[in-house]
Amino acid sequence: MKIPAFLSKNGQIGVRNHILVFPTIICAAQVAEAVSRAVPGTVSVNHPHGCGHLGEEREHMVRTMAGYCANPNVGGVLLVGLGCELISPQVIAAELAARRVPYAILSIQACGGSAAAVRRGVELARRLKRQARRAERIEVDLSQLKIGVKCGGSDTFSGLSANPALGAASDRLVAAGGTVIMTEVPEMIGAEEVLSRRAANQRVAARIRQITRRMEQSIMRAGVDVRGTEPSPGNIAGGLTTLEEKSLGAVLKGGSTPIRQVVGYAESPSRTGLVIMDGPALDAVSLTGLLAAGAQIIVFTTGRGTPLGAAIAPVIKVATNSRLFQAMGDDLDLNAGEILDGGMSIDAMGQRIFEKICAVAGGEATRSEILQHHEFAIHNIGPAV
Amino acid sequence: MPVDAIRIDPRDNVATALRELAAGECLTLSPAGESLTALETIPAGHKLAVRTIERGAPVIKYGETIGLATREIAAGGYVHVHNVAGRRGRGDLL
Repeated sequence: MKIPAFLSKNGQIGVRNHILVFPTIICAAQVAEAVSRAVPGTVSVNHPHGCGHLGEEREHMVRTMAGYCANPNVGGVLLVGLGCELISPQVIAAELAARRVPYAILSIQACGGSAAAVRRGVELARRLKRQARRAERIEVDLSQLKIGVKCGGSDTFSGLSANPALGAASDRLVAAGGTVIMTEVPEMIGAEEVLSRRAANQRVAARIRQITRRMEQSIMRAGVDVRGTEPSPGNIAGGLTTLEEKSLGAVLKGGSTPIRQVVGYAESPSRTGLVIMDGPALDAVSLTGLLAAGAQIIVFTTGRGTPLGAAIAPVIKVATNSRLFQAMGDDLDLNAGEILDGGMSIDAMGQRIFEKICAVAGGEATRSEILQHHEFAIHNIGPAV
Repeated sequence: MPVDAIRIDPRDNVATALRELAAGECLTLSPAGESLTALETIPAGHKLAVRTIERGAPVIKYGETIGLATREIAAGGYVHVHNVAGRRGRGDLL
């Protein structure tokens, strides 16, 4: 099966062709936003990272930022720095050059201040946009698609409607040769045996248990019952009683095919099929990790309702119930509540989600793109310096 | 026919209400069609016991243990954070 997509210079396919204005340090975020607002057709993100990262955390931040900027949906990046930071545009640019991603660099201190930097940034962004505009969609095989699957603001309906339906869609994409990346490891605690039984081999099974055990150990160090944080107050109001219950419903969204690989946070899978990515369940953090790992589209189920999106990728929102779909319709794309209302089977909804993925890949906008949600976050793994 | 509550797996001892259930209401469980009377109000999306769950016994959903009952729960009783404890992520028990 074919979809129309952009072919990037390193051979990967993208379903969008964004010009991203990316601050590598919090001090440059405002300039990045101002440049993006002044140049229609560009996107920017905002984050508090870029300085004070020690050792392993520095590598983690660089890998995630570079992976995000090199996502195949990105046609060009304007990297914005202040001039004295730890993670400078030059550090990220080295990665982008290796992956043949077009970029430009802007430094606030070199320009002589933020106003001058905005003026210079607008010129650079316009030039990147002109270069990127030459790209055209060509027919590519669906097997080139990597989707990230997520749930957020879950309720008990998540495990009854939207997640099983997304699982059915995931199975279809895997059958077509594509890749499905599932993450949110705290929401595998209580379901890791269910997952391990479906690992493609013993090594993958051991890795699933290892990352789940490590996540639970770090949770335990806080010395409190995780309930109240995970599940969250909204999850509990939505009927989820324990973390185990949430996890058993959450893992359904990856579908039923064997788990081929376990990768680290923001690490690109080297296998196709269903893959697990390590990392937190925090919505913006897991979204960012999936995009840094190369996912071109995210499918995100929600029971309580969330408008979260991404600057560089379509996020398809699937409501778990009809009451939510009516209440927050502006932010949601599909209603899996039809399963609970009696009108539609899980498999039929899975087909509908799969068709939406294909349509969105070909250019149809999601609500989160129309409403310009550009959430971005990376978790800290080291001491605050 | 509208569904009142779903019991996902035959091993489950809880069902999930698809709409608010009133105390004393008789309902039909899907997919197997058993009858059950709700003992108290069950909010939409929340759970009720399909048979008596003893104090300390596993609460089973999706065919797996999701926690342990902290009090005895009668058939038709509301099952949630007030009478179920999780076993995982319990840093408070260290």
